[in-house]
Amino acid sequence: MKSLFERGPTLLTRLVLALLCAGTLMFLDHRLNTMQPVRSFLSTLVAPVQYLAVLPEQVLDRLVYLSTTRTTLREENKALKQELQELQMAVQRLNFLENENDRLRQLLGSDIRQASRRMAAEVVAVATDPFSHQVVINKGSVNGVYEGQPVLDNRGILGQVMSVGRGTARVLLISDQSHALPLRAERNDIRVLARGTGDLQRLELMFIPHSSELEVGDKLMSSGLGGVYPEGYPVAEITQIDRNERLQYARVTARPFAQLDRIRTVLLLWPPSATEQPVYDDTKGADNVD
Amino acid sequence: MWIKSGLLPLLVSYLVALVLMVMPMPTFLEAWRPDWLSLVIIYWVMALPHRVGMGTVLVLGLIADILMGSVFGIYATALLIMAYPAIRHFQRIRNYSFTQQAFVVAVLILVKRVIVYELEHVLNDAVFNFAYLYPVLSSAIAWPWVYLILRKYRRHYLVR
Repeated sequence: MKSLFERGPTLLTRLVLALLCAGTLMFLDHRLNTMQPVRSFLSTLVAPVQYLAVLPEQVLDRLVYLSTTRTTLREENKALKQELQELQMAVQRLNFLENENDRLRQLLGSDIRQASRRMAAEVVAVATDPFSHQVVINKGSVNGVYEGQPVLDNRGILGQVMSVGRGTARVLLISDQSHALPLRAERNDIRVLARGTGDLQRLELMFIPHSSELEVGDKLMSSGLGGVYPEGYPVAEITQIDRNERLQYARVTARPFAQLDRIRTVLLLWPPSATEQPVYDDTKGADNVD
Repeated sequence: MWIKSGLLPLLVSYLVALVLMVMPMPTFLEAWRPDWLSLVIIYWVMALPHRVGMGTVLVLGLIADILMGSVFGIYATALLIMAYPAIRHFQRIRNYSFTQQAFVVAVLILVKRVIVYELEHVLNDAVFNFAYLYPVLSSAIAWPWVYLILRKYRRHYLVR
């Protein structure tokens, strides 16, 4: 049996040295913000761990796919075709309305809204820390992803990109405790600020006066005021209003539309004002314009 | 010779722990995910204290920081402080029964989680959420199995 203290400094010295190391890094990262390049380099380096983490799920999906019968596939195909048809009909109407809106805006002398570009990405890892709600996606700086980019799913806004590696990027969810975004009620245009609570199903609206006209069930859309999220995307629905007069403000909670607990595919958005441009892996995706 | 026997199996066990740490899981299990990285670190510092020491824990902690997207050094600090008593008293803990060991592991992981919370609170104004301490219990329950599996693994691959 080898002795622990055969040679070298004592255990306590080693602990103190290692703690000093960690403390210095913490200081450099948090106070001086000098670690960003190192961080993006290292996140590229640890990306294989994240890909390994989703491997079992992908294998399982593949197995499920292989074991589906012809009949189920045919039924699914039929249902999807029907859905597609319905969506196409809805789009016709939407195109008409969009044209009309553009014309009306032109008459009013305001800017015509420009289309934003988008790209689908897949989630490769989740951070399980309840103090930071983040997911890692499989698109990075080579695809034109940039810091502060809005990320959606098929129901609503998910969050924004907080750091970018070469082939991966980290998305901060709207439910994170350090995240807040400006919203607008769809019904009566009341502007509100929604803060994440660390609970995936709950956002908190800040500074709402007791006399506010907000009601349970009101839909909240992004207002576009913060400059990060484009205007008019659905975000959350008000679930509870506590107008207790003893509190300084009414306590209003909302539930996000996006399914933050089961994100798999996300949509990256490049607003017209973005200086970065998406780089698609294949030419097929190049016509992905909203 | 700077490569000692069994370096590869050792690295593989770290990798598995890191993968389990970030693996997507169903929501209802998410809160109960055992703290795999801490369990594996506690096992190795107890089994091979002359080999797995503060340096290894520091590096693993920094990798955990990158994977979790936290400020550099938060996990590293917490894991170092957690590993110190385990290395200091490795001979004593080795001779405990499983129940006692599980209790010690629970206390160590509680300490680690509280330090992570405190640092997050000071640096990023995190708000405490009781669900953050559920893994203390699930890790203690998982400990005997982790211990047995890793012991078998260590003997099979002659990690010394």
